[in-house]
Amino acid sequence: MSSVTAIKKDSIWSGGQSPMKASYGKLMMWFFLLSDAFTFSGLLITYGMIRFRHLAFDAETMGEFAFSREYWPIPEEVFQAVPFLHGVSAPLVFVGIMTFVLILSSVTMVLAVEAGQRMDKKAVEKWMLWTLVGGITFLGCQAWEWSHFIHGTENGLDLTGDGIGDFFGANLTFNEYGPSNFAALFFFITGFHGTHVFSGVVLNYIVYYNTVTGVYERRGHYEMVEKVGLYWHFVDLVWVFVFTFFYLV
Amino acid sequence: MATADIHIGEDASHHDEHDHAHDDNFFSKYLFSTDHKMIAKQFLVTGIFWALIGGSLSVIFRLQLGFPDMDLSFLKPILGSWIDTQGKIDPEFYLALVTMHGTIMVFFVLTAGLSGTFSNFLIPLQIGARDMASGFMNMLSYWFFFLSSVIMFVSLFIETGPASGGWVIYPPLSALPKAMSGSGLGMTLWLVAMVFFIVSTLLGGVNYVSTIINMRTKGMSFTRLPLTIWAFFLTAIIGLLSFPVLFAAALLLVFDRSFGTSFYLSDIYIAGEALPNQGGSPILFQHLFWFLGHPEVYIVLLPALGLTSEIISTNSRKPIFGYKAMIGSMLGIAFLSFIVWAHHMFVTGMNPFLGSIFMLLTLIIAVPSAVKVFNYLTTLWRGNLVFTPAMLFSIGLVSFFISGGLTGLHLGNAAVDIQLHDTYFVVAHFHLVMGSAAFFGMLAGVYHWFPKMYGRMMDAKLGYVHFWLTFIGVYMVFFPMHYIGIAGFPRRYYSFTNFDTFNSFTDLNTFVSIAAIVTFSAQFVFLFNFFYSIWRGRKAPQNPWNSNTLEWTAPVDAGHGNWPGEIPTVYRWPYDYGKPGAEDDFIPQHIPYSATPESNLPIENEMAKEENLTETGQEGAIQVDETK
Repeated sequence: MSSVTAIKKDSIWSGGQSPMKASYGKLMMWFFLLSDAFTFSGLLITYGMIRFRHLAFDAETMGEFAFSREYWPIPEEVFQAVPFLHGVSAPLVFVGIMTFVLILSSVTMVLAVEAGQRMDKKAVEKWMLWTLVGGITFLGCQAWEWSHFIHGTENGLDLTGDGIGDFFGANLTFNEYGPSNFAALFFFITGFHGTHVFSGVVLNYIVYYNTVTGVYERRGHYEMVEKVGLYWHFVDLVWVFVFTFFYLV
Repeated sequence: MATADIHIGEDASHHDEHDHAHDDNFFSKYLFSTDHKMIAKQFLVTGIFWALIGGSLSVIFRLQLGFPDMDLSFLKPILGSWIDTQGKIDPEFYLALVTMHGTIMVFFVLTAGLSGTFSNFLIPLQIGARDMASGFMNMLSYWFFFLSSVIMFVSLFIETGPASGGWVIYPPLSALPKAMSGSGLGMTLWLVAMVFFIVSTLLGGVNYVSTIINMRTKGMSFTRLPLTIWAFFLTAIIGLLSFPVLFAAALLLVFDRSFGTSFYLSDIYIAGEALPNQGGSPILFQHLFWFLGHPEVYIVLLPALGLTSEIISTNSRKPIFGYKAMIGSMLGIAFLSFIVWAHHMFVTGMNPFLGSIFMLLTLIIAVPSAVKVFNYLTTLWRGNLVFTPAMLFSIGLVSFFISGGLTGLHLGNAAVDIQLHDTYFVVAHFHLVMGSAAFFGMLAGVYHWFPKMYGRMMDAKLGYVHFWLTFIGVYMVFFPMHYIGIAGFPRRYYSFTNFDTFNSFTDLNTFVSIAAIVTFSAQFVFLFNFFYSIWRGRKAPQNPWNSNTLEWTAPVDAGHGNWPGEIPTVYRWPYDYGKPGAEDDFIPQHIPYSATPESNLPIENEMAKEENLTETGQEGAIQVDETK
């Protein structure tokens, strides 16, 4: 069949094979993720730059913490609500649960990939389903978190100085927690990440569906699981950074 | 496996209602093709269309600058009420003209038209692949570009005019719809179009990079890649890393414009009234924008340099001088391109210490650039020069790269830049070094690879006419601008005559405008040549320039899949031109060393012993004796 064939002790980079031991589809996913990492970097650098254009809260000179448009709020004071526990202050507990769920879903994704390499259809189905559950739970938690953030606290922000709240919750231009860009960046960056998670859930569902209907079994490999796995881990990793920026520092 | 998922002969109708498996219909062949060669032509023709639009916009504002008293009523049929009752261009529309000229030329012509055309066309052909890694994504890349083009084109015709804040769209001008008429719907369409453009670039870039890494034919190591492929490879990587940042910046701008956020806005007063926006920073946008904007310069230039390397070596009948130095300098340029962006921002009130760091990094770029120029000149030195039109345009590129690059040294110095910033000196600088140089690279590429694209030759005599008119014209246009700029005249100003200081430059401006019109008209010579030759040109031989690279081993009318039989194997680097002792003055890449004992170097004789060739003698295959 072949006209001329060179059999040479060549390096893996000398052509005719995949030098990184990865299919082009996986390479594409890697390069897309590299590129997407730069999008998120751009956004997080934006966050940092705007954050440092504002004053930080300083207990020594400012006394007790209260929401104010003069300085950037302390995350523990903003994010301290948990569903069904009205009035209980539990700083960062709920977002901690969210993060834990998302990281767990990364673990189940690893298990799905591993099952795919064993060509174990049943196990792939099981772990993809758990990953889906994790992703959807995360989105649900985020919806609650947003909704609470938008509706605000009972006290609200006192604009007139009479001790009674005048503005409650948050929108893109105004919020009770701090400078307007605090909420704007929160909505933008967690929203952008949430969109990524949503796309990931859709992709995971497609892969789950194809697994159930046996598309990959007929194809002879479960590489699609690995590709969406890469994406899913990336989304997870980005969340770690987003979480750090918004909730921890 | 390093093979593409394509199947020769059944590439056409995947929508199977009409059952013609071997017969391309109009839609699958010309519109929704997944063949990289057709997609390249789609990019090329769209790019040429945009170049015409971008060029005519510049001629219109050159009329205003060169002939400020001229009655432009004759443009009313095209521009309508943008020409006022006295026959003058509306000053705001003047800003729209320069904005759209910049946007179109930088993104639609020199990014999509150049990189889109030649990366698509040459990557699979020169690395020995049947097609791009994903033909479907490649098709999507074009159609996102097309969608983006349509939106940008529509924005030219809306009542409030297209975007007018300069191609760099700095807020707050671009962020506040009430700032000027062009910041309204025109700006929105600009942003939407650019989002689609970025998607197109990313789809293309991901494809180019994966194809080059994974689908090189046997023997095509990275150190045997033609320099064109190296250039496309690095260009794609630069694009993948910088365009997403523009994407982020554009999305944030969309929110500022439409949803009331203040990412880029703070302390703004309109008509004495304060806007509510607080806490943002317009400088932030500049940082994000130039993080794309500066690498973008190299996205435009590197492919042109790659094409030029190939063409100059072929037509000097000499190996490229310093092949590895060329690769090294491209790597250096690609790396440095990411850490110099703030030299566009020396006058933003940036810390002077930071400015001096960016100045240092900027000036270091002169080193790899000079290496490239040196290598071009030494390749030409005592070569058997063949002055094809492509060769002339390549030499023209080198000339522009030198004369425009020298002024880059001035502008890179923060202290000098404070005087020259945003003057016509800058305009002259980047039009020579990036605009004209990249444009010449693109034209050189079209002349050189036209026989491969359309199977016919372009007319060389018309090519010479086109070259000399354009080459001289470009210098006539941009050289005088240096003087105007040193005198301090700012770019983007509607009128020179409003300032007594600059009245003495009226003649020079008239001269520039006449030169611009002549240069623009000369492009119609090319257009005629291009379209005439597609249908009526002389039939091209398989390898018209006696070139070494793999694309010339494919048949003239290669179908989808490029090579009818086996893909050729590569045994040597692509620059064996004029090798002492060789029968011809070129040895293509697919000829083994064992077939050329007369010209082998001692080390190559050693390599020849390791080539183990088995041969079954198919038609069109290389006939080689077994050596073991």
